[in-house]
Amino acid sequence: MLYIPCPHCGFRDETEFTYGGPSHVTRPELTTSDREWTHYLYHRSNPKGPYRERWIHSYGCGRWFNVLRDTGTHEILEVYLMGQSGMDSANRGNP
Amino acid sequence: MSAPGPYRLANRKRGDSIEFRFDGRPLRGVEGDTVASALLANGFRVVSRSFKYHRPRGIFSAGIEEPNALVQLHAGAQSIPCARATLVPISAGLEVNSQSGWPSVSFDVLRVIDFAHSVFAAGFYNKAFMWPSWHFYEPIIRRLAGFGRAPTGPDPDRYDVHHAHCDVLVIGGGRAGIEAAKGAGAAGQRVMLVEQDGLLGSDATSLAGLASIQVLLRTTAFAYYDHDLVALAESVAVQSGTRLPRERLWLVRAARVVLATGAIEQPLIFSNNDRPGIMLAGAALRFLSRHAIASGREVVVATNNDSAYAAARELRQAGVNVAALADTRATPPRELVEEMKALGIDVQPCSIPVDTQGFGALKQVSLGTLASDQGVSNIRNVRCDSLLVSGGWSPTLHLFAQAGGKLRYAENARTFVPQTDVAHIEVVGSAAQGSEAPGVLGERVSPIGNKDRQWLDLRHDVTVADIELSVRENFSAVEHIKRYTTLGMSVDQGKVGQAPAAEVIAHSRGLRPSELGHTIFRPPFMPVTLGTMVGRNVGALYAPFRRTVLYGLQASAGALFEDYGEWQRAAAFPRSGESREQAIAREVKLIRNGVGIYDASPLGKIELIGPDALDFADRFYINDLTTLKQGRARYGIMLRETGVIFDDGTIVKLSDDRVLLTTTSSGAGRVASWLEEWRQCEWPDARVVVTPVTEQWATVALTGQHARTVLQRLNPKCDLSNDAFSHLGFRETELLGSEARIYRVSFSGELTYEINVPSSKGAALWTALLDAGQQFGIEPYGVEALLHLRMEKGFLHIGADTDGTTVPDDVGFGKPAASKQRHYVGKRSLTLPESVRPDRLQLVGLASEGRTALPVGSHLRLSMGNAPTDGWITSGGLSSTDERPIALAMLRAGRSQLNQIVSVHDGGRMVTRACVVPPMFYDPSGARMNA
Repeated sequence: MLYIPCPHCGFRDETEFTYGGPSHVTRPELTTSDREWTHYLYHRSNPKGPYRERWIHSYGCGRWFNVLRDTGTHEILEVYLMGQSGMDSANRGNP
Repeated sequence: MSAPGPYRLANRKRGDSIEFRFDGRPLRGVEGDTVASALLANGFRVVSRSFKYHRPRGIFSAGIEEPNALVQLHAGAQSIPCARATLVPISAGLEVNSQSGWPSVSFDVLRVIDFAHSVFAAGFYNKAFMWPSWHFYEPIIRRLAGFGRAPTGPDPDRYDVHHAHCDVLVIGGGRAGIEAAKGAGAAGQRVMLVEQDGLLGSDATSLAGLASIQVLLRTTAFAYYDHDLVALAESVAVQSGTRLPRERLWLVRAARVVLATGAIEQPLIFSNNDRPGIMLAGAALRFLSRHAIASGREVVVATNNDSAYAAARELRQAGVNVAALADTRATPPRELVEEMKALGIDVQPCSIPVDTQGFGALKQVSLGTLASDQGVSNIRNVRCDSLLVSGGWSPTLHLFAQAGGKLRYAENARTFVPQTDVAHIEVVGSAAQGSEAPGVLGERVSPIGNKDRQWLDLRHDVTVADIELSVRENFSAVEHIKRYTTLGMSVDQGKVGQAPAAEVIAHSRGLRPSELGHTIFRPPFMPVTLGTMVGRNVGALYAPFRRTVLYGLQASAGALFEDYGEWQRAAAFPRSGESREQAIAREVKLIRNGVGIYDASPLGKIELIGPDALDFADRFYINDLTTLKQGRARYGIMLRETGVIFDDGTIVKLSDDRVLLTTTSSGAGRVASWLEEWRQCEWPDARVVVTPVTEQWATVALTGQHARTVLQRLNPKCDLSNDAFSHLGFRETELLGSEARIYRVSFSGELTYEINVPSSKGAALWTALLDAGQQFGIEPYGVEALLHLRMEKGFLHIGADTDGTTVPDDVGFGKPAASKQRHYVGKRSLTLPESVRPDRLQLVGLASEGRTALPVGSHLRLSMGNAPTDGWITSGGLSSTDERPIALAMLRAGRSQLNQIVSVHDGGRMVTRACVVPPMFYDPSGARMNA
């Protein structure tokens, strides 16, 4: 069970949170092709290594935030607020 | 008085005598005995039968790694199978039974299987017993191989869960663990020291006075999870019927972990190395020093390392005859040999057991001299009733591996050792034994002898021959060998035998053991009671449930409560002598012809507050909300971004900066979370706050042609006439001295007022309505009647008629979804090719040809077409007007199939035929709702 550092509340057990898929998924223009739109809806990368993803502290402050987590080792590398782009100069994980 | 038993050394152990029963026979032990030590003291050589071959087996170890002495404890609902006799303390009146052997463990008729053992080699069930079908033989074979019986009732014991945090978690209370705990404790750190045994090692007194150290005995760490979360199982109450829990689960989040988990002794491998009387040398030493028990009267020790010499010495000094000590090494350490000589023990170097004899129990061992060419010469027999074997010690590294640590096989130590470091974990003591073993280990596997009588896994009856068979059949990767032979897959997880097995596997593949990998270590380290994992979440506490403020009133009205999601709601209100189905039918008629009330409080209610409230809501519904006026409610459908229907409900504008949404009862939480997610992540600039208010309001639906009259008697402060307050109207008003929000919406198809009052006023409203409607025969009705009523009207029930693929056009809402200009969540996906496929399933009605029921879930076939199915029935029942079976269904291109006949299929057969009709069976014009 992960130990996740909520940016507002500090370290809490994974059971207090709900996972929200990858961060920084950009919605294409509504006028885009069906193919592009379908790709946006359903296709996600699944790398082994640093990965940016969204979590919400459901049983705590109720805020959404972003986590850079290594999907192979579970090491949490970075946590940052929703709406920010992360401060990782090494540019790891999905943009 | 001194402890009882023919194998108990006189006057060395004192304590209270305790009587227990084994296979019905009363036996005496002494306080501090385990079942195993008490059985040994009383001379029980045979305590179980092996898994496949039903060979007699005796106690092999003194601890958690025990593969043979598995027993059944207690009886009935409290019965525990596969308890390790080496761990269970005896107590007065304890019922212990052997688990296998018929008619008894000491005389087992099924031993005959052993004579046909070549038929039952590894994987036999893939090759034999196939005709006519494996299932013919399976129950017999399972009964023959079974060990242990499941308890015959729900677990009567209680289990607790504790969460803990500490700076240092020390696992293992031997010398190294105590030292680690002492060091951290002296530095002021919060320390937890856990020990699987009932007592700490001999240095325990040095912990006195260190207040920050918490010691847990009889507590086994069994799993290492992410981010240094360790799960412990603590054995608390031995007896049932006390107020204590039987076991406690500890979930410990540690900043750092010290593994002082020790090492497990490994056996030597030779023919017939499983006879009762053969035991690990360290175990014999434990039984002697802790319990004053001699493992036999004539002992032979066979070893490949130094540690077994201690057992020989101690037994000799206690007066037991040690006939010989065979060491597989050519030159054992001189000082040890001298010591043995002085005690009169004959040390035979370069010697290894090659076979044993004795039907039922050990009578003698055959020793051979190892020659340099892998051969064996000079085979001689030595009489003995106890053979103590030691093949070296394997560090206990399961938790280390679970935490991601990599292991490698060290040739010198002949065992797996850590290869990498793991953050936050330190391995100490004998668990940290690296590639330098204490002394060099000698050979461990006899080069000669029948390989199908050389056991590597005593618990699962896996022999060297099985490994070679597996490799011959090309299941040669270690993970395949494990599964093909079941090596290490039983209750003991192959703790005793893991290291020799690696040697044997490597040898049969022509590799060095260090070139092999090992199987993946997964939790748990040892068997864990299911109750311990579940804790208190059993029975009434299995899952949270919710009740509305009207629960009590409905209960006294005779409600039949059922689970609807988390809510306990009245399915119906059966009168005495009435079945559930009869009650539902009666309530349906009541609503169609009279008036009734229904508890709709679980209906989701969400307020959006802020200048952008209405605009925000409009982004989610397929319906245009911008034209919504105060005093009117609008029905809306909400989609996921994929275009799939997610929820439905009503939207009301309370004021310029306040909007009230309703959702389905099961969607209340989901929809609120959904709105909040978009607000925080996509539109953080929207000036709106999302506030769920489902529990703040009690909702009663007053339904039926007399509803207006009944409500008028409560004198609401608003005009109820149909002109002033028409269908889909909404009023904020006063009722019974409290604020009220009244909707004219109808899920049933009859004139309905959905009355919301603050929860605290809900009971008063319910009672007042029942009073006011008495002359019309008003009664409460339940969820099932309502679902039937709405089905007759073809009103959507999200999740029943819709599923994870349904888009608005499928259920008749294609036009509004397309005509709304402004983009809303999901709109873009409605023009994808999949969403506009002409053969999509569409909502239709079905009328049965005859009187045969139309079962919900049954599949439909059109007369044309080759698809495996053309759809299915989503809801159904008997029409309230003419009693004929009707249904709603999703049918391929349903709207273009009106008046066609479909066949209805249930359970693989066609049950009836039905005619496709519009999904509306009652009052198509809606006159009754609009009255």
